[in-house]
Amino acid sequence: MIELEGLTKRYGEKTAVDHLTFTVRPGIVTGFLGPNGAGKSTTMRMILGLDRPTAGDVRIDGRHYDELKDPLTSIGALLEAKGAHPGRSARNHLLCLAQSNGIPDRRVREVLDTVGLTAVARKKAKGFSLGMGQRLGIAAALLGDPRILLFDEPVNGLDPEGILWVRTLMKSLAAEGRTVFVSSHLMSEMALTADHLVVIGQGRLLADTSMADFIARNSRSYVRIRSPQRERLLDVLHQAGITAVESGDGTLEVDGDKAEHIGELAARHQLVLHELSPQQASLEEAFMQLTAESVEYHAHSGTPVSPQQWGDDWKKG
Amino acid sequence: MATVQVVRSEWTKIRSVASTVWTLSLAVVVTIALGMLISALARSEFDRMSTQDRITFDPTFISFAGMSLGQLAMIVFGVLVVSNEYSTGMIRTSLAAVPQRGTFLFAKLAVATVLGLVVSMATSFAAFFLGQAMLGEHRASLGDDGVLRAVIGGGLYMTLIAVFSMGVATMLRSPMLSLGILVPFFFLISSILGYVDATKDVVRFLPDHAGSRIMQVVPPVGDDTPYGPWGGLGIMVLWVLAALVGGYVLLKRRDA
Ligand SMILES: Nc1ncnc2c1ncn2[C@@H]1O[C@H](COP(=O)(O)OP(=O)(O)O)[C@@H](O)[C@H]1O
Ligand SMILES: [Mg+2]
Repeated sequence: MIELEGLTKRYGEKTAVDHLTFTVRPGIVTGFLGPNGAGKSTTMRMILGLDRPTAGDVRIDGRHYDELKDPLTSIGALLEAKGAHPGRSARNHLLCLAQSNGIPDRRVREVLDTVGLTAVARKKAKGFSLGMGQRLGIAAALLGDPRILLFDEPVNGLDPEGILWVRTLMKSLAAEGRTVFVSSHLMSEMALTADHLVVIGQGRLLADTSMADFIARNSRSYVRIRSPQRERLLDVLHQAGITAVESGDGTLEVDGDKAEHIGELAARHQLVLHELSPQQASLEEAFMQLTAESVEYHAHSGTPVSPQQWGDDWKKG
Repeated sequence: MATVQVVRSEWTKIRSVASTVWTLSLAVVVTIALGMLISALARSEFDRMSTQDRITFDPTFISFAGMSLGQLAMIVFGVLVVSNEYSTGMIRTSLAAVPQRGTFLFAKLAVATVLGLVVSMATSFAAFFLGQAMLGEHRASLGDDGVLRAVIGGGLYMTLIAVFSMGVATMLRSPMLSLGILVPFFFLISSILGYVDATKDVVRFLPDHAGSRIMQVVPPVGDDTPYGPWGGLGIMVLWVLAALVGGYVLLKRRDA
């Protein structure tokens, strides 16, 4: 369990983390979501005692990080920036970490095996691909068989196979009853792995909710309609008290689950429909709306996000 | 956090990177080879020297002439041992494993210092014996007055140069910045100012000047240095302690 209380970090004028209060519980994957620059990495560094909070407090199972005896056996972390000497072999990197926390040497072999780096154990880290480096970082996190795990953007730079592997790993770690806290700037990624969601923007807490709740609350359903008799259809809908909005490419959108009702209306007025389909807005959209005010730099690109883009992904998760 | 565990870990770290091997080998080779070369030159020049130079001829000190350059490798060794952690991002992994920063720094410096001391002592003795062999009939022997002190002192001097560099690197973190300050400090400022009368009295108290006093057996004529061999080494130790305290205080306070 990780408990944050009013955790705040300022770098000079810049407030990177602003009074964060939440709890990360065991047995589930907790997603830590926020756009780039939201303060996720800073928060994680404060949890690990690397950066000193300007105000507030963070405790791991009730204790401050530096009060943990052999901390790697309580909490393991994969940080964003590469944390290994490129000239040292994977094996020696893990060995020096194991020794510092009184972890038996055989664990080095075990975790190398777990992450699939056994074949390159004696190779220097500088020859590693981004994905292999990420696996080495995960091996270091698992080294002390800790009850709590922190992953900062673990799928960054991984190929699809690696991404799948990380997702499965995180879920299985949580299923073993461990506390798993994983950050990402991608809603789609979170939707696939996290059971609980903590959303931040510009350092502030925006949401702390179960994934199911977040989906229920944020996935807007609507009906998409295409018709060659658009003007007449709009009139009919208007008379029936239904608001339709035009969405760029000549289609109409109506909020809610009104597909049947609209179909019957069209039939009654003998209108031709080319499409009448119930839709779900993507979580990615919901996330963007939630953080819209807090994004540091907007892209201002004209291309609208297609609702279909992530919409199917999260349902599988 | 058992300090013994952290010391073991730091030993694994230091022996598993190439920079340890090449910096220390360079220190050994340069110090000994240059010492032998200059000793051989001194022998062939001896007959052409003035009487005064012959009286103050210090065969022990001559054989340590290679240290002036060999210490550069010790500086690089000291700087890299510490700043490697920062330049590679390893520092965050290390401090997450050992959040007691005092223990972390102590273990790292202890391991590097002991390794540096072993290598420096061996180098100092080798430089002495091989240098004396080059000096032929002008050689000193280990049993002569003050010679053993000078040879042991040479090993301590090289070690302290490395430890001083570790302290400075702990303060500055960046390897380039650390070397950019230490190298001119030892190779330009210290030697240039030493020739200027106005600054001579200050330069005497710089770590390398004060520390190298211990390697002299026969002081130059008219020597008015206000400290003896051990006093000089003591001054150097104070510099080293100051650098270490500065490094510790900054490491304790700073975000990793
Ligand atoms: N060491 C630092 N010094 C100054 N500003 C920093 C530092 N670390 C992070 N920041 C700033 O704090 C904010 C949060 O950064 P970060 O925690 O890396 O966000 P995220 O991981 O969510 O992308 C950013 O605006 C970043 O520029
Ligand atoms: Mg980040």
